[in-house]
Amino acid sequence: MHNDELMQTRTMNRPYTSSAPRGSSQSLSMLNPKMAVQGLNAYFGKTHALKDVALSVPEHQVLAIIGPSGCGKSTFLRSLNRMHEVAGGTMTGRISLDGEDILTYDPVVLRRRVGMVFQKANPFPTMSIFDNVAAGLKLNGIRNRKLLAEVVERSLQQAALWDEVKDSLGKSGVSLSGGQQQRLCIARTLAVEPEVVLMDEPASALDPISTAKIEELIYELKGRYTIAIVTHNMQQAARVSDFTAFFYLGELIEVGETKKMFTTPEKKQTEDYITGRFG
Amino acid sequence: MNFTYYRRKITSAVMTGLSIASALVAVGVLAVVFIYTLMQGFGSLNLDFFIAMPAPVGESGGGMANALAGTGILIGLGSLIGLPTGIMAGIYLAEHGNNAFGNMVRFMADVLSGVPSIVVGVVAYVLVVLPMKHFSALAGGVALAILMIPTVTRTTEEMIRLVPGSYREAALALGIPRWKTTVRIILPAALKGITTGVLLSIARAAGETAPLLFTALGNRFWSTALDQPIASLTVFIYDYARAPFEEWNRQAWAAAFVLIALIFIISLVFRTVTRRQYAQR
Repeated sequence: MHNDELMQTRTMNRPYTSSAPRGSSQSLSMLNPKMAVQGLNAYFGKTHALKDVALSVPEHQVLAIIGPSGCGKSTFLRSLNRMHEVAGGTMTGRISLDGEDILTYDPVVLRRRVGMVFQKANPFPTMSIFDNVAAGLKLNGIRNRKLLAEVVERSLQQAALWDEVKDSLGKSGVSLSGGQQQRLCIARTLAVEPEVVLMDEPASALDPISTAKIEELIYELKGRYTIAIVTHNMQQAARVSDFTAFFYLGELIEVGETKKMFTTPEKKQTEDYITGRFG
Repeated sequence: MNFTYYRRKITSAVMTGLSIASALVAVGVLAVVFIYTLMQGFGSLNLDFFIAMPAPVGESGGGMANALAGTGILIGLGSLIGLPTGIMAGIYLAEHGNNAFGNMVRFMADVLSGVPSIVVGVVAYVLVVLPMKHFSALAGGVALAILMIPTVTRTTEEMIRLVPGSYREAALALGIPRWKTTVRIILPAALKGITTGVLLSIARAAGETAPLLFTALGNRFWSTALDQPIASLTVFIYDYARAPFEEWNRQAWAAAFVLIALIFIISLVFRTVTRRQYAQR
């Protein structure tokens, strides 16, 4: 809806002048960037939430984004599927999906390719478990019952929820436990077969057992999907991700292989944050 | 120390008692109105009252079948015009109304809901009755619709705004177009509240007399024609209560009871229907 305004505020072909990771790992630049971000500045009104960020999301890998509250990591994630503009934010810079600028996409089409899982499980309250998973397809005009049933089963299986709900698909989505609801939301996201899955602190409201299930899930999904996950939990970042990016005060401080980031980070700020000296 | 403690306990008990008493008064008034109208009108309540036409002056018996049908038609017409307009205006205000135009519409709706109903009747008279050159059911329907629109608009807006933004975000992030998100995700979630608003406005419209006096006028005969004057329960009550015949007065009480019962039943039906839908899906 804000396409036109965005196109205007956007600076085309902005020179690559970023606070980018100088010490970025060799292997990150070797991987195919599913999504590439250059010179991204994001704003909420006058608040400058992201400052000149350059970062790519490597294909079929898990990229973890860490940093203290308010560092812009959620804004970064929400810029990738243009949910940032839904909340009334604006941005300049270039974000591409498979090399194509995401602003050239209709947001509706973009969001089918770049799905999102939110911090708080938000199944649609007026829909059954089945309809929640099928929502993305049904509301885009797919009526074939057989196909819908197949997709629902496959998605629930991918989200490791099938065995728990296969006998109660007609029950309300909000009747499930918190952890199940979050896996339901993951299944709902997977049902539209996105290529990229963005996760905004998907386990922060869950108990350790549910969290472990979600983490296992992320590990299994990465073969098929490209995943970017924002997390407050550094152990979680270390467990699930291949690469980790550290944001602080709207800037990307450092990005690299997760193992390296958590053992020998290049920047002092990163080390301080990871070792719990601030943030 | 002890004194303060007892004073607090007493204050608490008194306040609790007062609020319980207030609640009883609120419910009691409805019970009193219900029972009193029933007592006064009971003698005239029989099958004839529902299926017969008003008796000619001087004859006893008779009913208000035409008024019952007329009220139904008037409410139907008002709803047909008022509900879609009000609901869609509410959706607009909630989804796209954060601008100067939205603020203006909101302000106008608030003012309109405070306009005395007799003034709305005059407006409908000028807008519909004068061009058509005679009183009509249509004019009555328009008057009722104007009364319904602001209530429906504002409740719809408020109820949609109460739906957590996370559902909208979830739907948009699935690549569901915005209008479908509104119609298929947000509206169902707000349905219960919107129904309450719709109900309130229907109940209000059903009880209106003043705006019908110079729009639908009233009719002693059976008529369902939309371009002709039409009877209604409220105008029936108004006429019969003022009449110098005791039987007519009793029939006015009976009609009043029927009107209250009607609103009661509509509320009950709507509430159960929406509750069931909500739980099922």
